[in-house]
Amino acid sequence: MTQLTELGVAAIRDGVAKGEFKAVEVAEAFNANVAAAQKALNAFIVATPEKAVEAAQAVDADRAAGNALGKMAGVPIGMKDLFATNGVQTTAASHMLEGFKPEYESTVSQKLWDAGAGMLGKLNLDQFAMGSSNETSYFGNVISPWKRNDGGNAAIAPGGSSGGSSAAVSARLCPAATGTDTGGSIRQPAAFTGISGIKPTYGRCSRWGVVAFASSLDQAGPMARDVRDCAIMLEAMAGFDPKDSTSLDMPVPEWDAGLSADLRGKKVGVPREYRMDGMDDDVARSWDEGIAWLKDAGAEIVDINLPHTKYALPAYYIIAPAEASSNLARYDGVRYGLRDLPEGAGLQDMYAATRAAGFGAEVKRRILMGTYVLSAGFYDAYYTQAQKVRTLIARDFKAAFDQVDVILAPTAPTAAFGLGEKTADPLSMYLNDVFAVPASLAGLPAMSVPAGLNREGLPLGLQIIGKAFDEQGVLNAGLAIEQRAGFTAKPEKWW
Amino acid sequence: MSVDTATVARIAALARIKVTEPELEEMVPELNGILAWIEQLGEVDVTGVEPMTAVIENHLRLRDDVVTDGGIRDAVLANAPAAEHGFFGVPKVIE
Repeated sequence: MTQLTELGVAAIRDGVAKGEFKAVEVAEAFNANVAAAQKALNAFIVATPEKAVEAAQAVDADRAAGNALGKMAGVPIGMKDLFATNGVQTTAASHMLEGFKPEYESTVSQKLWDAGAGMLGKLNLDQFAMGSSNETSYFGNVISPWKRNDGGNAAIAPGGSSGGSSAAVSARLCPAATGTDTGGSIRQPAAFTGISGIKPTYGRCSRWGVVAFASSLDQAGPMARDVRDCAIMLEAMAGFDPKDSTSLDMPVPEWDAGLSADLRGKKVGVPREYRMDGMDDDVARSWDEGIAWLKDAGAEIVDINLPHTKYALPAYYIIAPAEASSNLARYDGVRYGLRDLPEGAGLQDMYAATRAAGFGAEVKRRILMGTYVLSAGFYDAYYTQAQKVRTLIARDFKAAFDQVDVILAPTAPTAAFGLGEKTADPLSMYLNDVFAVPASLAGLPAMSVPAGLNREGLPLGLQIIGKAFDEQGVLNAGLAIEQRAGFTAKPEKWW
Repeated sequence: MSVDTATVARIAALARIKVTEPELEEMVPELNGILAWIEQLGEVDVTGVEPMTAVIENHLRLRDDVVTDGGIRDAVLANAPAAEHGFFGVPKVIE
């Protein structure tokens, strides 16, 4: 019999529909993998095996009754612990929200359950999605299932902020997981763990019920083992939601049905500015391979310029903390979450004590940065300037997309690093998102697909950036790479 | 621009985060490192450039001015650290 946990979204859904196996068997197989890996990988904050089984039983019953099955019917998934789930602890990996059990369900998770998916549990992440290595979680680091091939035993970062999602999918604890991407938080962890992930156009997936970090950037998206699974899951997640004021009021395309790796007549842009001085050799080689693969798929390669690329990251580190400082003002110890009320303290002291106790160091750093750049006397020099630079970055992309259909670049400047290697210097951590942030600032769809392994035996990802609303173009180029990269490597089981 | 201990203390007070002296000492160089790096944005010529307000062009919708929700007091209070008599409890604010 097929090992069920080796199957992806499409294979599980189709196998359940055809009666090759029961949805409950799939849920139980993944539940077992989740339980067995928890101690070593720490990918989940809370496991919900009963939810996975319950959803699977409903799908099996529907099938037996001859009812129509949803796009994700019988597929158990991991839910990043940034999505509010009714009655199930939702923490954003913070002490502030420890024990918080929402009385409502996020739009994206509800849509997935409506499509027949079940929940294996809530996945660990960087605290409030702030981090690139999953080392800022209050509930401990997530350990990547990957190891370097040097015979050493160094713990490797799964990337962040969706590090629980990336580790769980690559370790076969779930066939797919939700992620969110503010400045690379789907793409960078996907690249670090040899899986695929897409951040759709800003507004495709509702932000309602997603713990807010930087609202003008936050977008949910799927993380899975291949491009087709991402397309299927994104169809289930996307769609207009009147409860999100920036939700796109547009029909959801049939991305799965529209998949085609034939890129004849398409133009692929290769941005000169992304080829930075001192670029990692393996990353440069992988990028060149990607160019050759897309050429082989029929595309014409065009050198393009995105002149403001180097300013994207500093602009991001003004805009995102500014929005975060405002969004996180809601954690006041009054309405929900932690309260720290020192003996005899008044209201103001309670706020300050609660927020000191509830937020981790990186979250505090960003709130302080954001408060500073928005404060009187500095607002124009920092925040307004950054938003002007953001306009220029979006214009760069617009001009590029007059010439080309998609853009190809590396996802991250290096393969995964070891835990603890970048925690001493916040800036060196931030620089890991240098290739991911520009597309976020411009609200464009972008995905990472696995391209190969580096000399240390760790995965490398390639990034495809598309025009606004053209997820199909992104997925198609991703599929062309996937078919040629022949990436079959997976972490050797040690946990 | 750079910040000193007094400035960081002021920002922390604005942000309602209590910080200790040693934490302040640690944060000052970290924040200055980040600020020195973002300083490069000043090089960009932004003459005549409008600051971005919406990343994807979209129109703000208006809904009918009618009651669409409510009557869920207990759900609203369910996660409050100190709900009392159907209200959020807070420390005494008036002497």
